[in-house]
Amino acid sequence: MNTVLSRANSLFAFSLSVMAALTFGCFITTAFKDRSVPVRLHVSRIMLKNVEDFTGPREKSDLGFINFDITADLENIFDWNVKQLFLYLSAEYSTKNNALNQVVLWDKIVLRGDNPKLLLKDMKTKYFFFDDGNGLKGNRNVTLTLSWNVVPNAGILPLVTGSGHVSVPFPDTYEIMKSY
Amino acid sequence: MVRAGVVGTQLPTSGLDIFGDLRKMNKRQLYYQVLNFAMIVSSALMIWKGLIVLTGSESPIVVVLSGSMEPAFHRGDLLFLTNFREDPIRAGEIVVFKVEGRDIPIVHRVIKVHEKDNGDIKFLTKGDNNEVDDRGLYKEGQNWLEKKDVVGRARGFLPYVGMVTIIMNDYPKFKYALLAVMGAYVLLKRES
Repeated sequence: MNTVLSRANSLFAFSLSVMAALTFGCFITTAFKDRSVPVRLHVSRIMLKNVEDFTGPREKSDLGFINFDITADLENIFDWNVKQLFLYLSAEYSTKNNALNQVVLWDKIVLRGDNPKLLLKDMKTKYFFFDDGNGLKGNRNVTLTLSWNVVPNAGILPLVTGSGHVSVPFPDTYEIMKSY
Repeated sequence: MVRAGVVGTQLPTSGLDIFGDLRKMNKRQLYYQVLNFAMIVSSALMIWKGLIVLTGSESPIVVVLSGSMEPAFHRGDLLFLTNFREDPIRAGEIVVFKVEGRDIPIVHRVIKVHEKDNGDIKFLTKGDNNEVDDRGLYKEGQNWLEKKDVVGRARGFLPYVGMVTIIMNDYPKFKYALLAVMGAYVLLKRES
């Protein structure tokens, strides 16, 4: 222990071990926590069109429009090992073409330190709600759920669905309007 | 183990005198050193291949290469993947996929899933930090990804640890220097 190099070596090895132990501690103390909270969802407006999807397949497909409200308190999810939550509102339904469809309509990043109480009213969807075909017309059961991806400082990346969903029927007719 | 030193000379005490160790080795000890080295290399290989079988993914540990998933993942973070066949692909999952014909794996999130009765699934991805979805990244005319393009699903995360890989990729001279030093050290250093 009498040269600069061997001292630096020991110091480096020690710091690395301490950091590894801390990281493992962070992971193991939060690995089995339940990250779910109740969520209240409400849909205020539904509209349906049938247009060409210019972003992808060229045929005409159903395009849905939804305005929604979200109420949730995410405060209990955040702890020392949660860096951020990636929230996403997804619509799940089944059609003649496809047994299962899931479309993410809206998302939000909530970092640790941001306001964890969500009180959103009359929100428009962030992404176009295109179906793969014409399966939204007259679809009685389109279920909206709010889920989140917990991003830790180190450890498991779980996907958690909030408890609380809303099922809405889509209209039987299309709105005829020139543009989106 | 007694150091076989020549009578009358000072035994080296500094940790850097590895060539001193080499001079004192005979043939048998040299073979032992090479075998030791081979053991280390093959153990590492076995662990890696074992992980591939355990997780079902061809590359169970990946380093994040771009900033398209910030602020969740930054360049240099490590991701642990699994790719079990029974796990269906669902919206919101973080998948690592390769576009047909390209080598670079991309880490993005699934935003659309359409699954048929028989299990055929097609899905669309988008990076959290990107404005638009990944259709611009797919092959010409390709609108959806399929299960065969998936390398794995991100299940675990470790920050910063992958930075070494990125430095080695960006500065190849550093990689060769590091390998040379490590190889020399393992081959020449004798355990006493």
